[in-house]
Amino acid sequence: MGDRGLLLEFGDEISREINEKVRRMALAIQAEILEGIVETVPTYRSLLIIYNPTVLPIEGLKKRLELIEEGLRQTPLPQPNLIHIPVVYGGIYGPDLEGVAKYHRISQEEVIRLHCSKPYLIYMIGFMPGFPYMGELPQALVTPRLKTPRLIVPKGSVAIAQRQTGIYSMESPGGWQLLGRTPVELFYPDKDPPSILQMGDFVQFSPMTEKEFENWSV
Amino acid sequence: MERIAAFEVLEPGILATIQDSGRFAFSQFGVPPSGASDTFSLRVGNLLVGNREEGAGLEITVMRFKIKALREVVIAITGGDLSPVLNEEPLEMWRTHLLVEGDVIHFKKVRTGCRAYLTVGGEFAVPKIMGSSSTYLSGKFGGFEGRALRRRDVLYAFDIPSPLNKLGLRFPSDWLPLWEKEEVLLKVIPGPQDHHFTEKGFQTFCSSSYRVTPQCDRMGVRLEGPKIERRSDVEESIISEGLVSGAIQVPGDGKPIIILTELVTGGYTKIATVISTDLQKAAQLKPGNHVRFKPVSIEEAHLLLREQEERLREFKENFQKR
Repeated sequence: MGDRGLLLEFGDEISREINEKVRRMALAIQAEILEGIVETVPTYRSLLIIYNPTVLPIEGLKKRLELIEEGLRQTPLPQPNLIHIPVVYGGIYGPDLEGVAKYHRISQEEVIRLHCSKPYLIYMIGFMPGFPYMGELPQALVTPRLKTPRLIVPKGSVAIAQRQTGIYSMESPGGWQLLGRTPVELFYPDKDPPSILQMGDFVQFSPMTEKEFENWSV
Repeated sequence: MERIAAFEVLEPGILATIQDSGRFAFSQFGVPPSGASDTFSLRVGNLLVGNREEGAGLEITVMRFKIKALREVVIAITGGDLSPVLNEEPLEMWRTHLLVEGDVIHFKKVRTGCRAYLTVGGEFAVPKIMGSSSTYLSGKFGGFEGRALRRRDVLYAFDIPSPLNKLGLRFPSDWLPLWEKEEVLLKVIPGPQDHHFTEKGFQTFCSSSYRVTPQCDRMGVRLEGPKIERRSDVEESIISEGLVSGAIQVPGDGKPIIILTELVTGGYTKIATVISTDLQKAAQLKPGNHVRFKPVSIEEAHLLLREQEERLREFKENFQKR
């Protein structure tokens, strides 16, 4: 990607196997602390490496990456964390819950039950600080994006789009279907790491009442 | 180090933020680099006043920004020419100046470019977030309280002896980036999704003049012009992946968008990426400007970058002897 970005592609689909390779490679590169590597951006199926070509010429970078890739199987992956995220579903908190239920011809309770029916893998953090792209949704919940994106999606909104589910960690425009909202703060600029969720971790949603939501404190 | 009050903002203008060369190594948590859109100009500005080149300066957009010195400071103004004046007298850019208490600098109107950089000896002092002083506007953190400057904000600098030995020094004018008046030429490296477009579409991209629309900010520059034809057998969007500043996205409408510094990932196809040494020109585009793209090889891009870094190093070494 240009003269400072090298894009490593591990496949062309959303799959756990491909995503695990991306993550393994990103961790292995980060463990090396190579001078001249500015940034690694691991996503669903690719890993973008931003480098400084005046410090680390591209041939040298490619050679180092080949060596890292050869030793990749030995790179241990950290044990994934399971993070519980309570959600108040529907109403003003999840204005699309009703529409999603209608779309699938099931009850709103059934949408909530399905959304909380299993832990989701975090494939990547992206789009905005701390926003987790997670999957896969149960087949019965697979829903297209909104035709017209909202100009403002409130912070904490829990949303779905196609086979994915995510959480808007900040207020922003957005086109995903909003099922509910969580009071959990996902991103702390002053902490290290700043995001409480990380690629490779799992998230389990559970319903909470409006009262619990209002009384929530950190 | 001690911090001292250096400036008071009299008029905030269109947009002024504190930026350094960027916030890196946090993309994996969804944090974009932010930082100066035109890092070359910020780096030169910092070198002129004796700072480290990555240091925090002020990025001033378009016009009407007015600031008053609260003490003696050494400054430089680089980047786009926004007609800066000192107490209503024109102020030469790309050189150091001494301000005394009460001096007022005003950016009156755009002459060329879009963003100017004001650097101060001792560097602007703001709390570092994730290792950087840059303002991330949509994230509301970094820089000056995570926001654009407002009237009556007081800006602090680190208290160092004024680098008076640097006064009057200039950055050689023949080393400045060449800014085409009629149509800005941006060199690009094709990819990574150039194969998502037809041959005709790629030709359209390389041979057309595009106009900068008003949708132009620190996230990106949206262009208007001939539609770039996509292959019919590929999807309009891709699975989200990382972005680098200068990446040129082509969404469903076939009109290119040049990504700047406040985005981290994206799901639009990228036809090409602006090379590093032309990023300063991309960052100086403003609505109404025309641009044209020219594909080059990565070898040529790296050669140009090495030449630029060599010149900066030479300037720095000569400068430090003063």
